[in-house]
This record gives sequence, structure tokens and C-alpha cells, in this order.
Amino acid sequence: MTSKPEMTASEIAGAVTSRKMSALDATEAALARIKQRDTILNAFTDVTADRARAKARAIDADIAAGKAVGPLAGVPFAVKNLFDVAGLPTRAGSKINRDLAPAKRDATLIERMEAAGAVLVGALNMGEYAYDFTGENIHDGPSRNPHDTTRMSGGSSGGSGSAVGGALVPIALGSDTNGSIRVPSSFCGIFGLKPTYGRLSRARSFPFVASLDHLGPFARSVTDLALAYDAMQGSDADDGACTTRGLEPTLPLIANPVSDLRIAIAGGHFQKNVFPEAVEAVSRVAKALGATDVVDVPEASRARAAAYVITTTEGASLHLDRLRKRPNDFDPAVRDRLIAGAMVPAALVDRAQKFRRWYRAQFAEIFKSVDVLLAPATPCTAPKLGQINFNLDGVELPVRANIGIHTQPISFIGLPVVAVPVPLEPLPIGVQIICAPWREDIALRVAYALEKMGVAAAPAPRGL
Amino acid sequence: MAEPLDDYIDAVSKALALPVEEAWRPAVRANLEVSLRLGRLVDEFALPDETEPAPIFTA
Repeated sequence: MTSKPEMTASEIAGAVTSRKMSALDATEAALARIKQRDTILNAFTDVTADRARAKARAIDADIAAGKAVGPLAGVPFAVKNLFDVAGLPTRAGSKINRDLAPAKRDATLIERMEAAGAVLVGALNMGEYAYDFTGENIHDGPSRNPHDTTRMSGGSSGGSGSAVGGALVPIALGSDTNGSIRVPSSFCGIFGLKPTYGRLSRARSFPFVASLDHLGPFARSVTDLALAYDAMQGSDADDGACTTRGLEPTLPLIANPVSDLRIAIAGGHFQKNVFPEAVEAVSRVAKALGATDVVDVPEASRARAAAYVITTTEGASLHLDRLRKRPNDFDPAVRDRLIAGAMVPAALVDRAQKFRRWYRAQFAEIFKSVDVLLAPATPCTAPKLGQINFNLDGVELPVRANIGIHTQPISFIGLPVVAVPVPLEPLPIGVQIICAPWREDIALRVAYALEKMGVAAAPAPRGL
Repeated sequence: MAEPLDDYIDAVSKALALPVEEAWRPAVRANLEVSLRLGRLVDEFALPDETEPAPIFTA
């Protein structure tokens, strides 16, 4: 049996475990696809072919010896290049970090994926230091949208979106501080999970904004998303924000019916600043789920403002010394944002953190009467690479700053979200399935139902 | 002609030993204007004095 690009992770693992295909064949097929397609997509910055082959051979040996292998046996995956990969400097999309010593140990989430049998095939392009919504990178060039290579992949996990949307690998990992998993999922037409803040360990990944950083998976099917998420759960003393809650496997629950769930459409801020395609996508999802109620989310615009303030100041703090010593080695656009962030008065940051607690309490009230909120993942489908402005509700606005207007007010308080792709023509666009803290199972269940109804689907790449 | 924020940028640049070359100044100023505008939006929202911040947030 030969691995085909459209094979899901669960199909690959099933074929490998039942010896219809070897892990090495699955790995070689992924490496061949990367070689062929990545010259166009520019999703990968490093391909770890030797390591991948060694891992795949070890899995095949275990299977031949009758040893148990994990639920991701032989599944190729790749990670945003802010994850530590033993032997590589963790560049985090920057020029400066290339001078770091190679990482000595993999990030926790890579270790957990590989413990489940997955095979790391490389590291992925991203916006510099994750301060980005476009997927463009001044040092490595942009990762490209697999459905139209003249368009953005979305950021900052652009390579992750491009690699999964382009069917180079069935699963990738990325990070999401203000939308960096959900935005590339939307633009590249794939499923992405931003878990509850603290649910997945961030240990040995390069940070951006400690208050808001999350890691999570991308996939082209909900089953694969749940498989990867379940494999990565668990407490980790190496990440101070990581929860000590027990494992809560989601895969056994995703096929449960959704008829008992109270599903509503997020109103107010989430229905403003949207292009018709975002309205259409939310409408299709709501209709399929029978959701008609609209719930106003109070002060979501202010939440976005507070997220912006925390992001720019914590980001500035992280990079302060690099801004002093190597300012000319930054992307100038990132540098100038970070310098400005260093100049924001501290009292405003404290206000933003206090507002965060107030805003969280509002959502706690909402989730007493609602299980799921639906909102656009992005205001539009993927813009053109290099596009500076778009016209939103009659106002000319900068693209870069406004792509995340609907994701920022949600990650601000760490709520779990599955971004589901709605395969509109000519380009897909995502919808956020938002749930109460720790209810990833519900978000994945709703996403699975939408996938089964054909309302959400990862379209085959058309730009290749 | 000096912009209103230029003196502030110079002062903070000096206080933090953070270089701001003249060529970068317009972009730094523009970004700072956005940050301060959004910061004001947060500032305007009345919160009880007892409100705790959420620096390490547990959902």
C-alpha cells in the first residue's frame, strides 16, 4: 500500500499498525511530497529526513517484534519552528535566533506525539517571533496558501497551515497567542484546535506573550485533530501555566450527538467588521446546527484592545535586550511594534490584566445558558500576499492588524476553540466553535458533526 | 515639526537605553499611537478597586 496525500493520520496509523503499509513508506511519501510541493509552498524551513527515517524504522521494528505502538504509528507531522527540535536552533521565525545553540531536547509536545508513534519530518515557517497574522516572513519568504499561492497562508503559524492545507503532512503543531492557529486554519481551509489556556504544555517552545500563549494541532479531519490533542494532553512541571487536571480524552466522545447542546451565534463585535464570505460561513454552520439565538458578548472590542496592549508590552519585555543589541536584525515592522510596546505605560497593562478578569466573568455567565458560541475565525478569506489594506464596512483598514479581530477577544481569556473550514468558492474560510474552559470535547464534537454533514471540510489543495 | 509624542519617545528611549533611529521614528510613533489609543479604551472602563489582575490566567 502506498501513502497518498489525502490519507488522514488515522488512516495512516491504521495501515501501519495492520502492516498494510510501513511507517518508513509513509515517511518517504511525506518527504517526497515535501520535496515536490514545498518549492512552491515554502512551508518548511527544516526537513529532518534522517531523524524521520530512523524513527519510522524503529516503529516498523516494534511492529515486526509484536510490540504495541501508539495511535499515531507512522504518522508524519511537522512543527512551527518555535518548537525546540533537538539538534536545531529554535529560530522562531527570526534571523537572530539562528545564532542560538541547537536545542538539546525536543519540546514536550513533540515528545508526546512521538511517544504516540508519530514521526517528526521537519520544522515550519512562521511570522517573526509570532508577532504576525499574515504568514509572511522577511527572512525566509512567505509560506503560501495551498489554494492560491498568490495569497497569504495566515499567521503566525503560516507554515503549519500551508503544510497541512497543502497535504504535505496530515498533522502540524503551531502556537496561538491572538489567533495564530485559527487564522491559518481559516485561510488554508483546515481544522485547528486552540485548547484552553494551560491545557497543553508549552515547555521548550520559544515564547511570545506568556499571558496568552497556547500551543495546539492542525489537521484535515476532526478525528486527526482529536487524536493529536489526546496524545499531547497531560501535566508538565516544565511549564508553570500547564494544568494539573487529569487527562480528558476527546476521541471517544466526538461522535456523540450534538442535539442536546445549546448553540448560539456570537453577536455584537463578532457580527461587525466582516466580509460577506464570513457572514455566509457562520450562517451555513449555524443553519446546519439549528442555531438561531444570538448572544451579545459584552465589551469584546475592549477585550481585543486589552489583548493588544498585553501582547505588545509582554512581547517588548521578552525582546528588550535583543532590541538594544540587534535592532537591525529584526523585521523592521516587528521591531518598530516592539519598541512602541516597550513605551506603553505600565498602568495601562495592569488595567488590561484586570479587565481580563472582569471579561472572563462575563463569559462564565454566558456559559451558564449556552454550551457553544459560533463566530467568524477571520473577517475575510486569504488576502493577497503583500496586501496592505482592505475595505471593511466602508472603512479602509490595515490588513495585518485586523485579521485577528474576531480571534483576539477569545484567546484573551483562554477559551478552547476549534476552527472549522467552510469550503466556500473560490476560497475556504473558518468558523470558530467556542466553548467553556476545558470543554474541548464539546468543540470537537460539534466540529465532527459539521464534518459529517459536509458543512465543514478541508478542500483539496488547488494551488499546486 | 516635532510630533506630540516625540519628546515622550525620546525620554523613554533614553530611560530604557533603547535605540530609536530617526528612520524608525515615524513607524514607532504610529505604533505607539495605536497602543495608546487601545490602552485608553481599556483605561476608560470602570472597574471595582478590588478587581484582581490575571497575570497568570487559569481559565
